Amino acid sequence: MTAVQAVALVVVALGGTAVVLARDPARQALVAGIFGFSLAILFLAFQAPDVALSQIAVGAVALPAMIIYALRKVQRRDEVERERR
Amino acid sequence: MSRRLRLVIFGLGSSGMAALLAWGLAGLPSFGDFDGRYGQLLAHLTVPERHATSAVSVSTFDFRGLDTLGEEFILFTAAVGVLVLLRAQRAGETVAAEPMRQRQPTAESLTLRSIASALAAPVLVLGAYVVTHGHLTPGGGFQGGVILMTAFLLVYLAGTHLHMRGVRPLSAMEAAEGAGAAGFALIGVGGVVLAGAFLENFIGFGTVGNLISGGFIPLLNLSVGLEVMGALLVIVGELLDQRFLVRKGDW
Amino acid sequence: MSYLAYGVAAWLFLVGLYGIVTSRNLIHLVVCLTVVQASTYVLLLAIGYRHGATAAIYADIPTSRAVVDPVVATLTLTDVVVEATVAALLLCLAVQAHRRFGTLDPDELGALRG
Repeated sequence: MTAVQAVALVVVALGGTAVVLARDPARQALVAGIFGFSLAILFLAFQAPDVALSQIAVGAVALPAMIIYALRKVQRRDEVERERR
Repeated sequence: MSRRLRLVIFGLGSSGMAALLAWGLAGLPSFGDFDGRYGQLLAHLTVPERHATSAVSVSTFDFRGLDTLGEEFILFTAAVGVLVLLRAQRAGETVAAEPMRQRQPTAESLTLRSIASALAAPVLVLGAYVVTHGHLTPGGGFQGGVILMTAFLLVYLAGTHLHMRGVRPLSAMEAAEGAGAAGFALIGVGGVVLAGAFLENFIGFGTVGNLISGGFIPLLNLSVGLEVMGALLVIVGELLDQRFLVRKGDW
Repeated sequence: MSYLAYGVAAWLFLVGLYGIVTSRNLIHLVVCLTVVQASTYVLLLAIGYRHGATAAIYADIPTSRAVVDPVVATLTLTDVVVEATVAALLLCLAVQAHRRFGTLDPDELGALRG
């Protein structure tokens, strides 16, 4: 196992823990983006560039965007409900 | 069930699971010593038999094409599920979606809007490149489809919509998604009709390294790219109550 | 050292499960699910790796060179995109639950109670 792979594995393990421990979803979306990026680096270290490309496009771009959009939908409903009262 | 009880049960379950995982993973071949004959066989057949240089793409679309068909339909179903959930919700909605005319630009920030508009076209070209070169270099329909989706999203972030003249773009993204999914299945049927087996290659293989080589893998890449782009845009569009393409005059 | 890769996969799986069990917010729960999904990718790719082998793309290397297993890369790359879409579907379910119950806390969703 090369040094790059070992470091990347440790960073991924720490990143995964950080994603779980970040309780606020908005903050968690950002941490999830960083976690996705570190996963992509790990996949590159494992000699799988296709998977790394997939992971960058999805885990660092599309997934945090979808989390934020879902949060926004929920918050808009909360605001409207609050105004109505 | 109270939280503490749930935590206790989880603690017991996870320690059992951890023990099982440790026992199972210790029985695997040591890291880096995996001697998988099937994978090596596929890798050695890639260039001489299929005239394509990316063993991963050939495995995805040619040797294991049926698995990819199944995965693609999972994606299609998930997008349809999102549509059903959020559109039915919008139909019986007490919170109105923002009406299109009043919609404000996404950001007051000039930086965001200028960078987004500058990047939209290069990202589109990058996505098209990744999709079409899937059988030669790392890439393919799945990766390129997500990149193409990002290009459309950048247009939205730039605070504008893409205008289409004449064509009714209400379901353009859904049509793209459906066409991609159906395209894959129809190419498979073409394999039955023209070559004797489902998803059997029926196009000539061409020369190694050319853009048109590898049989029907470029076609499958195109259909998957179309489908992934359409599915993700449908999902993101529903989450944003947004349409990315509008007819000129509707805006 | 050789067990670090498998150990990280197992750790991600258990930590993600812990996040799901102790979550107080449905959206946080879905993101913890993506951590669990990531553990399967790490495990698959760790299995397919070979010492001294390079990526399974023959565009610039001779065909006699040793390459990593392409089948696990196949499984993983389709999986990454598809599971993100499934996560999006789950996010929409969370939004729907919020609309129905007014809360995102899993402990307070009470549909099944009489």
